[in-house]
Amino acid sequence: MTDTLDEPIYKTDALIAEDIDQYLEVHQHKTMLRFITCGSVDDGKSTLIGRLLYDSKMIFEDQLAALEADSKRVGTQGQEIDFALLVDGLAAEREQGITIDVAYRFFATEKRKFIVADTPGHEQYTRNMVTGASTADLAVILIDARKGVLTQTRRHSYLAHLIGIRNIVLAINKMDLVDYDQAVYDGIVKDYTDFAHSIGIKAFTAMPISGFKGDNITGPSANTPWYKGPALIEHLETVEVDQVSDQLKPFRMAVQWVNRPNLDFRGFSGQIATGTVRKGDAIRVLPSGKTSTVSRIVTLDSDLDEAVAGQSVTLCFTDEVDCSRGDVIAASDNPPQAADQFEATIVWMADEEMLPGRPYWLKIGTQTVTATIQQPKYQVNVNTMEHLAAKTLELNAIGVANLSTDRQIVFEPYETNRTSPNKVLGGFILIDKITNATVAAGMLHFSLRRAQNVHWQATDVTREFHAGLKNQKPAVLWFTGLSGAGKSTIANLVEKKLARMNRHTFLLDGDNVRHGLNKDLGFTDADRVENIRRVGEVAKLMTDAGLIVITAFISPFRAEREMVRQMMQPGEFIEVHIDTPLADAEARDVKGLYRKARSGELKNFTGIDSPYEAPEDPEIRIDTTAMTAEEAAEAIIARLIP
Amino acid sequence: MIDSKRLTHLERLEAESIHILREVVAEAEKPVMLYSVGKDSAVMLHLARKAFYPSPPPFPLLHVDTTWKFRAMYELRDRMARESGMELLVYQNPEAQERGINPFDHGPLHTDMWKTEGLKQALNLYGFDAAFGGARRDEEKSRAKERIFSFRTASHGWDPKNQRPELWNLYNARKNKGESIRVFPISNWTELDIWQYIHLNDVPIVPLYFAEERPTVERDGMLLMVDDERFPLKPGEEPVMRSIRFRTLGCYPLTGAVESEAKTLPEVIQETLLTTTSERQGRAIDKDAGGAGMEKKKQEGYF
Repeated sequence: MTDTLDEPIYKTDALIAEDIDQYLEVHQHKTMLRFITCGSVDDGKSTLIGRLLYDSKMIFEDQLAALEADSKRVGTQGQEIDFALLVDGLAAEREQGITIDVAYRFFATEKRKFIVADTPGHEQYTRNMVTGASTADLAVILIDARKGVLTQTRRHSYLAHLIGIRNIVLAINKMDLVDYDQAVYDGIVKDYTDFAHSIGIKAFTAMPISGFKGDNITGPSANTPWYKGPALIEHLETVEVDQVSDQLKPFRMAVQWVNRPNLDFRGFSGQIATGTVRKGDAIRVLPSGKTSTVSRIVTLDSDLDEAVAGQSVTLCFTDEVDCSRGDVIAASDNPPQAADQFEATIVWMADEEMLPGRPYWLKIGTQTVTATIQQPKYQVNVNTMEHLAAKTLELNAIGVANLSTDRQIVFEPYETNRTSPNKVLGGFILIDKITNATVAAGMLHFSLRRAQNVHWQATDVTREFHAGLKNQKPAVLWFTGLSGAGKSTIANLVEKKLARMNRHTFLLDGDNVRHGLNKDLGFTDADRVENIRRVGEVAKLMTDAGLIVITAFISPFRAEREMVRQMMQPGEFIEVHIDTPLADAEARDVKGLYRKARSGELKNFTGIDSPYEAPEDPEIRIDTTAMTAEEAAEAIIARLIP
Repeated sequence: MIDSKRLTHLERLEAESIHILREVVAEAEKPVMLYSVGKDSAVMLHLARKAFYPSPPPFPLLHVDTTWKFRAMYELRDRMARESGMELLVYQNPEAQERGINPFDHGPLHTDMWKTEGLKQALNLYGFDAAFGGARRDEEKSRAKERIFSFRTASHGWDPKNQRPELWNLYNARKNKGESIRVFPISNWTELDIWQYIHLNDVPIVPLYFAEERPTVERDGMLLMVDDERFPLKPGEEPVMRSIRFRTLGCYPLTGAVESEAKTLPEVIQETLLTTTSERQGRAIDKDAGGAGMEKKKQEGYF
C-alpha cells in the first residue's frame, strides 16, 4: 500500500465509543450536499470516489477482502488496491472496465452527508451526466494532470453550467504522476480559466489532488507545499448549498395531492419549491389566481408555524378555494406567470430523434400537458459550444427551440446564470406518448407571446452588412433603475457623446414610447411586461439595422430584462443599472410622481407599491451617489468602446 | 438578508421520500407497499404515514411471506397494520407451499420460489401497477444504479441498460397496460440514516434488532437462531444460549446473527458504526453468483 493511507482525519471514532448519545446529537444536525463527479474515461473518477468511501470508512472488512481479491484478479493497478472496483457496479461494466450509467454513492463526515452521482465521461452519455447533474449542488470536474484541459473537460463544464451548477471544483488529478509540479498545475488552471470565462462560468475552485495516493483529499498534502487552498473534503464540507438561496426566493409549492380524509379536512400536499410559508400568509392559487390565507401547516408530528423550501408539507386555507394537483400555490403578492408558448433548451435523451410538431407529454412540477416543439433554432456542439443549424435533435443533442403547450402552465424561467436555478417550475421532461419513455429534459427560458407563428422572411442585405456600412458593432445599452434615478438624463448624455464620435445611435425613452407604440398599455405587471417586450423587439430590429440602441425604462422585473437579453445576439445586450437609493429618488421627485404614489393617487408605482428587482450582475452599475451624470456617461462609453 | 433555516440531512431525505410517495399515489392506478417487516420497511411505512397524514396511507401493505420469517416479525407486522389503519395482504406462493419448499433442503430455490415467484404472482393477482420497496442504493452495487422509479416489463423483468433518465424531482410514472413500476422511496438513505431516523422518530422495529439471550447454533460460519421447532438440528448440534442480535432480518434459517450486548438503540447504532463488516454479509443471497448475484436476481424479477 501507499504511504498516505493514514487514519482519516474526518471521522471521530473516539466519540462513538466514548459517548454515543453525544455523537448522535452532533450527527442529527448534519447538512447534506449532493455532487457529481465528471471526467474522461481514464481521469480516475471511480478511483477518487472509491478513495472517498475508503477514507470515510464506508468500506467494511468483508468488502475490503473482496476488493483485494478482485484487485488482483481484474484490477488495473497491479498488486495495489483498485478503488475503482468498489464503484463500478454492474457486471457488464466490470467486464468492459468502464462505468456506463449514473451510480449514486454515499459517505458522511462530521459535518455533512454526501450523495455522489458518478457520471460517465463518454460523449454518447451526455444524458447520464445531465441526469446526475440535475440534482447536484456541486460538480467535481476531474482533469488528468498529464493531459490538461481536454474536449471532454470542456463538455462536462458546459453541461454542468447549462444545468445551473454554480459550485464547480476543478480537481487536477494524478499529480503524483507529474511529480507534484506546480508549473503543470498552474498551466492547467490558466487554460481552464480562459475557457470557463468564455462559457460564462464565473468562479471555480481548483485543487491539485491524487485520488490514488490520497493527496489533498482529506487534508493538506506534504507533496504540494505550494498549494494553500482547501483539501477536497474540507471544501465539500463548507461550500454553501443551493437550498439556502432557494429559501430567499418568493414562495412556490406545486400541489401533488389533495388530502381529504373527511368532510372537515381539506389540505394540499406538496414539497415547497422556493421561499418560506407561514401560518397567516396570503397565498394565490395558479393558474386560477384565486387568493386565500394559510390557516394550518400540517405534519404528522405537529402543526408548524413556518416551513421552508425543500420541506414536504400539507397546507390548509381559511376559505374553500378550488385547488388540485398541478396547481401552484404561491405568495399572493409575487406569483409566477402562466403561459403556453416558450423558448427552451432541450437535451434529447432517446434513440429516436425529436420530431418537431409531434405531440409529447410535458411534465413540469406536478403539471402534465401536451406539448409540441418547433424546429430547433440551433443545436449546440457540446465540444466547441458552436451553434449549428439543426432540423431535429438526436440522442445526446442539445438545442434551443420554441415549444407550445395545449394549455397554460405555471412556470418560472430556469435561469442558470444569476442565482440557483428554478428547478421545479423551470425544468421539465418530455415523455413519448406511445412508448412512455422519457425522451428529453428541458429548461424554460421565457414565454413567447402571440404572433410566434409568423415565419421569417429572409432578406439579402444582412445585419452584418448594415453594421459594416456604419462601421460599428451594434449593441443595446439597457438602462434600468427607479423612477427619478437619472436614466433619461444619463442616456441622453451618452447618446450625445456617441453622436460626436460619429456613432449611429437611437434612444428609446420610456415616457416617449408610451405616447405612441405602447399607448394602449397601463402599469399592471402584465402591461409592464408587454411594454418591455415590445421595446425589446424594437431594439432588436434596430440592432439588426446596425444601430447602437440606448433604452431608458424602469424595466423593474429581472425576467423581462433577461427575456430581452435572450432576444439579442450574444454580447450585444449591455445592462446598465442606474443605482439610486429609493430615498434619494423620492427626495428628488422630478416629476412629482412619488408624492402622488404615496398619497394613493397613483397605483402600481415602482418602489412604492410595485416591486423593483435590481440586477444581480449587470454589465455596468452606476452608483449615482458616487458620481455625476457626466462621469457616469463617460464610464458607460469607456465600457462600450474600450 | 433573511436568516435561512438549513434543513438537516435527515429532513431533506424525509422530504424527498414523502414527495416520491405522493407522486406515486397521484399518478399510479393501484399502488401497494411491499412490507418486509425489517427496519427499512419500518421507516418506509413511517414515511408513508407522514406523507398522507391525517389520511391513512391510501394503499395496502403486501407481505410476500415465505412462512419462514421469525415469529417476532409476524407479530410486529400485524400490529403495524392495525396501528396505521392500512389493509394487510399476505401472499404465500401456493406452489412453494404444496412442494414444501424450505431453506434447509432447497437452497437458492427457496428464495426463488417464495420470494421472486411469490412476488410476481401477488402483483399479477391483485393487478398492482406500482409497488413501493424499501431498498437502498448503499446496500449493494447494482442497487446503486437503479432508478427511484424502476420500470418493469409485463413479465416483471428489469433491464439495467434501458432505464428511464430521472431528472430533478420529476418522475415518469407512465406505463402501458401490464407493465409496472417498482418505486424505492428510501433509495438515498444509508444504513446509518435509517438507524438515526428510527432513533429520532421512535419508529417501532422488531425486537430481534436488540441483543438478548437466544438459542443459537453455529453453522457454516453463521450464527443461526433456533426460532421454532421446524429448525432441524444436525447430529451433534445443540442450541446454545448466546446474547445475539440481527443487523438484517429475512428468513430465520438464512439470516446470521451477531453476538452483541447492544440492548438500546444508541448502543445498536454505536455497534453499527464501529463494526467492520457490511450489513448484507449475514445474508446468504448475495453469495450465489459471485459479484453479480443481486443484479442477476433483479433481472429475474427479485425486488
